[in-house]
Amino acid sequence: MTDHPRTGTVVRFIEDCSDCGMEPHPSDSWKLAGKLDLLRIRGEILHLIRLFFRERHYLEVETPVLIPAPAPEPHIDAVACGDRYLQTSPELCMKRLLAAGYPRIFQVCRCFREAERGSRHLPEFTMLEWYAAERDYRFLMDECEALLRFLSGALYGKEEFTYRGRSMRLSDSWERLSVEQAFRTYGGLSVREALAEDCFDEVLVSRIEPNLGKERPTFLYDYPVELASLARTKEADPRVAERFELYLGGIELANAFSELIDSREQALRFEEAQQQQVALGKRPYPWPGRFIEALSAMPPSAGIALGVDRLVMLLTDQASVDDVVAFPPETL
Amino acid sequence: MYSASDLRKNLRVKLEGDPYIITEFNFVKPGKGQALYRCKLKNMITGNQFERTFRSVDVFEPADLQEKKMQYLYEEGGQYHFMDNASYEQLALSADQVGDAVNFLIDNLEVEILLFEDKPLGISLPNFVDLTVTRADPWAKGDSVSGNSKPVILQTGYQIQAPPFIEEGEKIRVDTRTGEYLTRVKG
Repeated sequence: MTDHPRTGTVVRFIEDCSDCGMEPHPSDSWKLAGKLDLLRIRGEILHLIRLFFRERHYLEVETPVLIPAPAPEPHIDAVACGDRYLQTSPELCMKRLLAAGYPRIFQVCRCFREAERGSRHLPEFTMLEWYAAERDYRFLMDECEALLRFLSGALYGKEEFTYRGRSMRLSDSWERLSVEQAFRTYGGLSVREALAEDCFDEVLVSRIEPNLGKERPTFLYDYPVELASLARTKEADPRVAERFELYLGGIELANAFSELIDSREQALRFEEAQQQQVALGKRPYPWPGRFIEALSAMPPSAGIALGVDRLVMLLTDQASVDDVVAFPPETL
Repeated sequence: MYSASDLRKNLRVKLEGDPYIITEFNFVKPGKGQALYRCKLKNMITGNQFERTFRSVDVFEPADLQEKKMQYLYEEGGQYHFMDNASYEQLALSADQVGDAVNFLIDNLEVEILLFEDKPLGISLPNFVDLTVTRADPWAKGDSVSGNSKPVILQTGYQIQAPPFIEEGEKIRVDTRTGEYLTRVKG
């Protein structure tokens, strides 16, 4: 042993590892230890979320992670697990609870999506979903405002925080921008034109999103109906559905609907989604029959899914979701 | 072949016949939308940069690039000739392709030549090269104010700032990454 037995051991361990091609373990512990402050705030945010919803008389529920039939979505791929799937969202089970008479429910849970990995994406991530009976998506906009103000107030003592050098003011009235307005203002074309030219996603990502939620959060609302397979269509305009996405600092944080409760319409939309899956060379999931059945008893409702990792990333001014989870998948 | 999910920073791909290096990469996916791969690409021949967004169905050919250790031989008519010491195979690069490296090219210098489909693209130098000073004002003894420097000319014609004590005929070591004087080389 040398004068520094610990160092000596570490060095020898690293040398041993280099022989067998393993990554030396000690460097990982060190990185993990460096996340302590951020993970403390993450824990605090999870606690505050539960406090917020309990005070608003929401019931915290848990639904299975392992499910037989995820909602068919052309661009969300579930991870198969035996003859079932890991949930991509708890949506279908949450709605069955709504239909069974649970009017205010929320859940914080793990969701899994195949091949989603980037600075804003983890293939396993934490989702917050909440549902309110007898309400529509406008009510959820108000609740988003209340939740973010509450979290920022509890963490920093003010309704304002800084993200990547830019101040995000939560107390001002939040911007509400329709998808159509956004495409015309920032994209230079209409939604219908974008859909016809098959460039909706590209225009949204490259030209529109960077302009959303710059100084205050933005609700981007009223999506074309073909991009909202679980949302109710707008009475005044059946080509759009009552769906919104919440953006802060150009980052999409939450997705909400006035829920579609017409079971026949829902079955048709799912069939279309399945056909799109097939056209993309994917195998459609089993038919979610029990969900469709339950839908006929579901009251008019609004529901929302919010990415907790991104929420923590925003509130702690981090560049990547990797910074606010203990174990990004590559470190396992 | 690469698929879009293989794309990452520094990957080199072939697009429309040219080699490109990905200088920035971002996976994005708008809610309920499709996965998109936003890349900033740099043409490895022309240096032109542009941004492009790919979809998960897109496929890419890897750029056939290799680095070869070669020795600098001579320059003739604006062409710089190099030789592979193992195979004695020779090739030539234009002044454009050699770029600033010309300041450090001395006979028999061993360099790495980057090849795309066996055509040379560029050259990477060793980090340090020793060069002879061919012209320098004599050192006025006593002029030892620290921080003083004077211009000297090296065997390649390259002019560099060196300390006042450096004299003609001496060798100095230059950092090819910064182009700056590093130290005097004895002997």
